[in-house]
Amino acid sequence: MQVGSVGSDAREIARAGDFVRFDKVEKSYDGRTLVVRQLDLLVARGEFLTLLGPSGSGKTTTLMMLAGFETPTRGLITLEGRDITRVPPHKRGLGMVFQNYALFPHMSVRENLAFPLEVRGVSRAEIGERVTRALDMVRLGKLGDRRPGQLSGGQQQRIALARALVFEPKLVLMDEPLGALDKQLREHMQYEIKHLHERLGVTVVYVTHDQGEALTMSDRVAVFNDGRIQQIDRPRTIYEHPDTAFVAQFIGENNKVDGTVTALGVGEATVTTAAGQAIRAEAGPGLSLGGRALVSLRPERLSLAHGADAVANHFPGTVVETIYHGDHLRVRLEALGRDDFVVKAPVSGSEALVPGRTVDIGWRVADGRALPIETPA
Amino acid sequence: MDRDVDLAKDLKRAERRRRMTALALIAPLFLFLMASFVAPIVDMLRRSVVDTELAEVWPATAAAVKHWQPGAAAPDALYAALGADLKASAEARTIAIAARRLNYALPNGRSLVLNTGRALRADDTAPASWRDRLIGLDPAWGEPATLVALQQASGPATDFYLLTAVDMERDTAGAIVQRPAQQSLYLQVLGRTLMISLVVTLVCLLLGFPLSYLVANAPARTGNLLMILVLLPFWTSLLVRSAAWIVLLQDQGVVNGALQALGITDGPIRMIFNRTGVVIAMTHVLLPFMIMPMIATMKSIPPTYMRAAVSLGAHPAVAFVRVYLPQTVPGVAAGALLVFIMALGYYVTPALVGGAEDQMLAYFIAFYTTSSANWGLAAALGVILLGATMILYLVYARLAGMGQVKLG
Repeated sequence: MQVGSVGSDAREIARAGDFVRFDKVEKSYDGRTLVVRQLDLLVARGEFLTLLGPSGSGKTTTLMMLAGFETPTRGLITLEGRDITRVPPHKRGLGMVFQNYALFPHMSVRENLAFPLEVRGVSRAEIGERVTRALDMVRLGKLGDRRPGQLSGGQQQRIALARALVFEPKLVLMDEPLGALDKQLREHMQYEIKHLHERLGVTVVYVTHDQGEALTMSDRVAVFNDGRIQQIDRPRTIYEHPDTAFVAQFIGENNKVDGTVTALGVGEATVTTAAGQAIRAEAGPGLSLGGRALVSLRPERLSLAHGADAVANHFPGTVVETIYHGDHLRVRLEALGRDDFVVKAPVSGSEALVPGRTVDIGWRVADGRALPIETPA
Repeated sequence: MDRDVDLAKDLKRAERRRRMTALALIAPLFLFLMASFVAPIVDMLRRSVVDTELAEVWPATAAAVKHWQPGAAAPDALYAALGADLKASAEARTIAIAARRLNYALPNGRSLVLNTGRALRADDTAPASWRDRLIGLDPAWGEPATLVALQQASGPATDFYLLTAVDMERDTAGAIVQRPAQQSLYLQVLGRTLMISLVVTLVCLLLGFPLSYLVANAPARTGNLLMILVLLPFWTSLLVRSAAWIVLLQDQGVVNGALQALGITDGPIRMIFNRTGVVIAMTHVLLPFMIMPMIATMKSIPPTYMRAAVSLGAHPAVAFVRVYLPQTVPGVAAGALLVFIMALGYYVTPALVGGAEDQMLAYFIAFYTTSSANWGLAAALGVILLGATMILYLVYARLAGMGQVKLG
C-alpha cells in the first residue's frame, strides 16, 4: 500500500520486515459477494496496527482470518514467512482479546491465566510464577482467587489482556476489546493497553470502529470500507491528509464543500463551487482538472477572526446557532452554499457570535484538502 | 427520631398495597397446590402410621390388649373382651374389617377370625372361660404371635406398614427384625426402581447431550425445526406412545421383522415385556425432559468461550472438555434430576411394556390402593418412595450444589 511513501516511521516499519503478510486475500461467505477484496497488508514486528472501519467493512473478518477462525477464500497469509493460511487457530500461538472478555466463568482469575500455560505443558511451578507476574502486570495481583463474575468490566478486561499475554505470544489480536466499557474507563484502558504494548514490544493488531481509539493508540491505522483498505498510514497522516472522501468523512468531523477543479498545481488545487466561490486547498491523490471534487475542512482548523487577510481562503458566513461545549464553542453557520457549516471557536472572545451576524471564515491552503468525489461503483 | 418512625410507618403503608396485589396474584395457585398436592401428601403420611380399623370394630379388645406385656400370660379379661367383640362384630357383620386387618399381620388371620366368628354366632351360650372356648375353636388364639398381632393392630398409631414397606416386622417380643426372605419384596422393588431410573437417566443423558448441542448451536431455522421434533412426543398421549412400542418391539413386530429380513438374527429377539422394553419406552418418554434444560443452558454459553480457549492454544477437544463441558453442568444436572425423579414414580409405561420382574414401586402402590384397598401399606410405600427421592435429592444437591441446577 502506501507504506514507504510517507513519513519516516512508516519507512522504518517497512524495513523491519513483514512479520504478518496478507497476500491478495479474499473472503466470501455466500459465494456471491466478497466481504474482503484483494487485501494486501503488511504488519511489522512490534507494530500497533489498528483496523478501523464501519460495521460490515471487513475489518473483523480480516482479524478472524488472521486468528484462524475464518479461512480465506483466496490468497495467502504468512506469519514470519511461514504460510499459516490453513493452520488451525490453536497452533498459531496468537493471543486474542475479545469484546466480551470471554473469561471462563467456572474458573478463578488465576485458573483463567494458567489455562494457556497448562495446555502448553508448562511446569506447575513456572505457571504459578508467570501467572503472578501477569497479574502484577495489570495491577490486579490481589484478585487472583475471584471468579470473573465478581469483577468489574474494567478489571475483567485487564484479566483478559493478561491472559492473552501470559504465554508471551509474538502477536496479540484484539477484537473491539473496549467496546463494552463506559467512556471514561475506555479512555483509561486505551492508555493502559498502549503502555503495555510499548513495554512488552509485542505486535498488536487491533480492531475497532471507534476512530478516537484508533488515533490515540496506533502506530498505523488501516481504514476499511466495503472490504478494502481505503488508506493505511500513521494516525496523523490519516487525520490530516486523508486520501479519499470516505476516510475524511469517517475519521473526525469535517465540512464538505463540493465543486469543480478549476486549477491543479503541485500539491495544490483550486475548487470552484456552483456559486462560483473558488477555494484553494491541498490536493489529494486522483484529482483531475475539470473533474468533480470535494473540499474537506476540519472545524477546528477554521478561524472566525475578523479581517483575517493573512490566510488564502476567507468567505462570509452567517451564524445560525452556537452551542457551548465547555472547552470550545460550536458555531453553525450558513456559508459556501451550506447551512450546516461548523466551526469550532475558542470560548474567549466569542461574545460577538450571535445568530444572524455575518462573520468572516478563514483558513490556510494546508487546512483544506481537495479529494475526488467517488462515483458509486 | 420521630421522623424515622414516621418514615418506617409510611414505607410500610406504601408497600402494603403492592404486597396485597402480589398475594392476590399467587393466591389461586397457592390454594390449588395446597388442595391438590400438599393435602394428599399429608394425608398419605398420616395413613402410613394411622391404624384404627381394629379399634373401631373391636373397641374392648383393643383397650384390653394394650395392658398385656408380650411374653407374659394373657389375662382372662383380654379373652373375655375378645370373645364378646368377636361375637358382637359377627352379628353386626363388621367382622370382615377385623379379619382383613389381622390378615396383614397373620398368615391365616382372615380364616381364623371369620371361622371363629361364624362359630360364635351360631352359639348363644356364654362360656365359663372365653379363653378355653376360643382356644378350643382354634388353638391359634393361644399363640403369642396372635396376641402380638392384635396388640400391634390395636392402634391408634402403628409402625407396621412402614416396617412392611422395608421388609421388616416385629417379632413376638416386639423387637424389629428382618422379614423371612419369602415374605420380603419391597426392598428389592425399591432397588429395581432406583436401578431402572438410573439406567434411563444415563441413556437419556448419552442420547440427549449430542442432540442438545446440535440444537443449541444450529442456525435459528434448523434449531427450531429440531426443537419441534424434540417436542413432538408431547403431542401424543403417554399411553399411546408406550403402546406403540409394543407394536414395534414385539416378537412379530416391526423391529424384529426387519432384523430377520436383513438376516441379522435368525429368530425374534425378546425386546418387550422385559427390562429392555421398559428402558427403551421410558427413555423415549423422558428424553424431552432431559433435552430442554440442556438446550437452554447450552444456548446461554457464548461461542466466544470456545474461540478464546482455542486461541489460547487448547486443542478443540481439550477446549470442549475443560471450557464447554463444565459450563453445561447446570443444564445436565437439572435434566438428570428431572428425569431421575420422574422415572422413580413411573407407573403406566412399565405396567404396559414390562414383565412381572420389571414392575416399579408405583405399580405396587397402585395395586394396594385400587385392588386390595390396603391404604396403609400403599401410603407406607409412598412414604418410602418420597423419602428415597428426597435423600437422593439432598445428596445430589450436596454434590452438585443447588445453585448449579438451572431449568431454563
